[in-house]
Parts: sequence; C-alpha cells; structure tokens
Amino acid sequence: MTAIIKASGLGKRYRRRWALSGCTLDIPAGQVVGLVGPNGAGKTTLLHLAAGLLQPTTGTIEVLGGPPPATPAQLARVGFVAQDSPTYSALSVADHLRLGAHLNPGWDAAMASERIERLGLEPRQRAGKLSGGERAQLALTLALAKRPEVLLLDEPVASLDPLARREFLQGLMEAVADQGLSVVLSSHLVADLERVCDYLIVLIASQVQIAGPVEHLLTTHHLLTGPRRDPARLPEDQHVISARHTDRQTTLTVRTEGPILDPAWVVSPIGLEDLVLAYMSRTAATKRRPELEVQR
Amino acid sequence: MIWLTWRQFRAQTVTAAGLLAVLAIAFAVTGPQLVHLYDTTVAPCHVQHDCPFAVGTFQSQDSFLQDLVRLVMLAAPALIGIFWGAPLIAHELEAGTQRLAWMQSVTRFRWLAVKLSLAGLASMAAAGLLSLMVTWWFSPLDRVGPGGRLDPGVFSDRGIVPVGYAAFALALGVTAGLLIHRTVPAMVVTLAVFAAVETVFALRVRFHLIPPVRLESALNMHWVTETGTGGPAGRGSFLVGITPNLPGAWLGSAKVTTAAGSTALGRTPSACGQASSYNACTAAISRMHLRQVLVYQPASRFWAFQWYETAIYFALALVLAGFCVWWVRRRVS
Repeated sequence: MTAIIKASGLGKRYRRRWALSGCTLDIPAGQVVGLVGPNGAGKTTLLHLAAGLLQPTTGTIEVLGGPPPATPAQLARVGFVAQDSPTYSALSVADHLRLGAHLNPGWDAAMASERIERLGLEPRQRAGKLSGGERAQLALTLALAKRPEVLLLDEPVASLDPLARREFLQGLMEAVADQGLSVVLSSHLVADLERVCDYLIVLIASQVQIAGPVEHLLTTHHLLTGPRRDPARLPEDQHVISARHTDRQTTLTVRTEGPILDPAWVVSPIGLEDLVLAYMSRTAATKRRPELEVQR
Repeated sequence: MIWLTWRQFRAQTVTAAGLLAVLAIAFAVTGPQLVHLYDTTVAPCHVQHDCPFAVGTFQSQDSFLQDLVRLVMLAAPALIGIFWGAPLIAHELEAGTQRLAWMQSVTRFRWLAVKLSLAGLASMAAAGLLSLMVTWWFSPLDRVGPGGRLDPGVFSDRGIVPVGYAAFALALGVTAGLLIHRTVPAMVVTLAVFAAVETVFALRVRFHLIPPVRLESALNMHWVTETGTGGPAGRGSFLVGITPNLPGAWLGSAKVTTAAGSTALGRTPSACGQASSYNACTAAISRMHLRQVLVYQPASRFWAFQWYETAIYFALALVLAGFCVWWVRRRVS
C-alpha cells in the first residue's frame, strides 16, 4: 500500500523563519490522520506543501506515491479545504456545485446534490450569507464530490461552534466510510481529533515530535507516579517526555516499547490530550536547544 | 474554467456593455446630424467666404457630448485596469478563494490563462468598440479640428491605440493585484502607474518613434506671428515667432535662425521697435535673410504612429502577463 504522504527532511522557510524543518513522515493509506499542534506550529505549511500550494525549501514530499499535485490528473486525486473554508461569497450554493462539475472530470453530481439536500442548504443562497458551519460543509462537499483519494483539511472545525463541529466531523466520517478515502485533518485542539483519528502527528515548533497510530501511541506512553526520584535514573529504553515533581512525589510521562517493571511506580494509561500536552510542555522547556532525537 | 470566469466577471461585463450602449445611442442620435451640418455649412463655406464663422459654429456643436467623450476616452483604459484588472486576482487572494480554485482538477496556469485571456479580450473588445464609435462620430469634427489627428489630445482617442491601452491597463491591474494581494491598494497603484506611463509616453516617447522631418529653409514671412525683444537668446535679442501652416502636422519645434544658423538674431531692428508700422518691420526682417528650422511629424504618419504605439502597449501587456504566469506558478500560494 502506498503512503498517502511521505516526507523526508522536509523544510519550508519564509524569509528567515523556518515554518517547518526536518520533517520526516510516512503515513499509510486508509487512515484518518490527525495533525495536532499549537497555533503557528507549521500545520498549515505542511498541508500546503502536501497540496502543492507551496514549494519545499529543503527535502522532498510525495503524495500518493507521486509529487504533490500539479497536473489535472494529480489534482483530481487530492482534495483540500483550506483554513476557514474559503468559498466565493458572491456565488450561490448551486453555483459552487456547477463550478465543481465544470472543473473536475470525476465530479459526482448526484452525491454533491444529495449532500447539499441532506445538510438543508438552500441552493440559491449565496455562499457569503451562509453560517460558518454551513460554509465549511459546502467546502467539504466540493472537496468530497471530486472523489479524491486523499482529503486534506486545514483546521476544518476551528471556527465552528460545538454542535456544528460534531455535525461536521460526523458527516466527514460517514463520507470516509462510504468512499474509503484517506483523510488528514489538522487542529490545535486534541479533543476535536480524539474521536475520529486512527493516526496522530504531533507537530510543535516547526518539528514533528511524534507520529504513529493512535493505539500504538497510547500503548507506548505511560503516566508514572511514585516517590520523588531523578528521571535520569530510568532504564535505557524509557524516554521521559515530561516530568513533574512535588516535595515527595514524581510524575513522569514516559515512552517505552517494553513493560514498566519497577514496582515503585504506579503505572496508569495516558489520554491523548495529556500525551500531546506532555510533548508541548517538553518543547517549551527545551526551546533554546534544538531537539533532534524525537523521531522514533 | 470559462464558465467560472464568466460567472465572476458577469456584473462588470454587463455594466460596461450598458455604458457602451448608452453612448452608442447618443452617437446614433447626434452623429448623422453632425455629418449633415458639415455637408451643408462647412463644405460649401469657400463659396460663401464665411469659413471661419462656419467652422467655429460647427466646432461648438454638441460641445457637451464632445467634452464627455474626451473624458470617457481618457478614463476608459484606466477604469478597465482598475475595475477589471486589479480585482481579477487580488479579489481571490484577499478572500483566499484561490485555494479553492487551485484545488479543483485544473492547473494554476490554466486558471490564470483563462482569466487573463477572457478579461483581456473583453477589455480590448470594449475599447475597440468605443474607439470605433468615437472615431466615426468625431470624423467630421476632426476634418476641421484645430490640431489634426496627431495632436496629443486627439491621437490617443482615435483609431486602434485605445485597444493597446486597454490591454496594457488590464495586465497592469492584474499584476498589481497579484503582487499586492489587496484589491483597493492594487486599484490605486494601477491608476498611478497607468497615468504615469501614458503621460510619459505621450509627452516624451511618441514623437521619437519615427525620426521627425527636419525642414530648413528661408524664413516664410507669411508664418511670422510674433516679433519682439527677449526670449531664450538673451534679454536684448531680437525675437521672431512663427506658426507654420502645415495642415494636420505635429510640430516638435519651430526655430528662427540667422543665415549662419545661430538662434541669437542680434539687436532688434529699429523698424520693429515700439510704434513701428507692420510693413516697415516686415521689410526689415526680410533684409536680415533669416532662416527657419522646423522639426515635425507630417499628418500622413497618423496610422504608422497608431500601429507603433499599439504594438508597444501590446508588448508591455504581454510582458506583464508573462510575469503573472511565472509568479503564479512559482511564488503565490
């Protein structure tokens, strides 16, 4: 199975600032991939590189086994919805569907109009008069109806209220199940991704901190609580992601492939949100020296 | 892509078509009257020996429409650049909709090429139609007009140059929008740059597109319109001003020199002092054996100038369009 996105040493510099650097990824197909990280971490840059909207400064990126889309045939295989779901505000909903039909050879008109109807969107309504949630749904419909193999969504739910968020993600999951496509969606909130993702990429301070199937991440990260001690004295295969100490107690977030045998620790499973927060706090603590050993 | 471009461009196109239609109706109503008036008053005026009066009356005919048309012709290319060119890309970049358009199964090159060529063709068609109507309507007035068709105020409103201006203004607006990413500032820049280019071209470049005719001969006393003291050759120097009668020509310079070729004509003859008679002064000037040096573009070169200038503006438009293509493929996201 080919990778949907395969990056090696990928970097992008704007003037003097690196928005993304040393990014190496191999995301298998058939997954819903969450790309999570704080604002300004480089999520948009990574998605734009994958969509072919940006050229990398260093390294390479492959999408569906080829270069990022540039020809009509490649563009037809990749769907992309940019941040804030841009639509033509002067054009009606029906105009947007006509636009999609005119510009995409693989356009699924039946699916598009069925989706619009199910969402309760008035075809004659101008896109500029739609609510944020309706606009996001319209943009998603456009991207889905071209029948892509991979769908890239940049912060699709950031501007939506909680109910619209849930409806949007639900609609997305139904479409994924129907069409069997791969999805990469970014968010700065883990909670948005937790319910829908099979695979997670944590991107912080322009670098990929960790990437892997959610299940694997949850089974290899542990929360250890025990009497106060120095984290440096842990076994070789246990990598400390974050450490918190009180006078008598130490709490560690640890990544390891093996079991935790030390009886002094109380081992508890970690939630996805805490896992991401652990990486974020580590990056904040070590901001001044570049972190290079994070890749698994 | 053609459908989308048309859908986005529809309002502007309909507006422009409406304005053109209004002007066409005004021309259709008044144009035949102008021709009739010319045939009945100006054409036979030699027989009745009242040409200055007949021409004067004729020239003031429909003066409001004349002024309006001059204004329209001055503004039309700039308006095309501002309202068609500048928003064409800037509006998309401002709203982020290029990220929607570029992720359809259409390359960016095609997206830009279709937009540019449709808007370009529409601009050139509108300008061409406008110029055709104006050239037709003004043709009787141009026959008596004070300066001829090479006059800078007339030349740019007739023939095919408005088509070149329109193409250039559109490409300029698109380029400004592409570089600035914002519609309103792009409009301002388009207006400023277009006005500057057009002005500099008309005042400094056009006259030299074809080497002008240089005519040196003995001073034609019928052309002398002014005598006095002072002028560029010095405060005490004799000054003779001439107005050459070269119908329809575009005069670059008309100098009066001595037989040796100097523009310093020496002291003013006493016959030409204050309270002198016209005939005595004329006779005194004749005795000085002055010469005249004329540099001008004859009226027959009207179409040569039209073609050269249109070609240059087209070339500028193509360079800008090429730059836009390069920029969209390389730089913008």
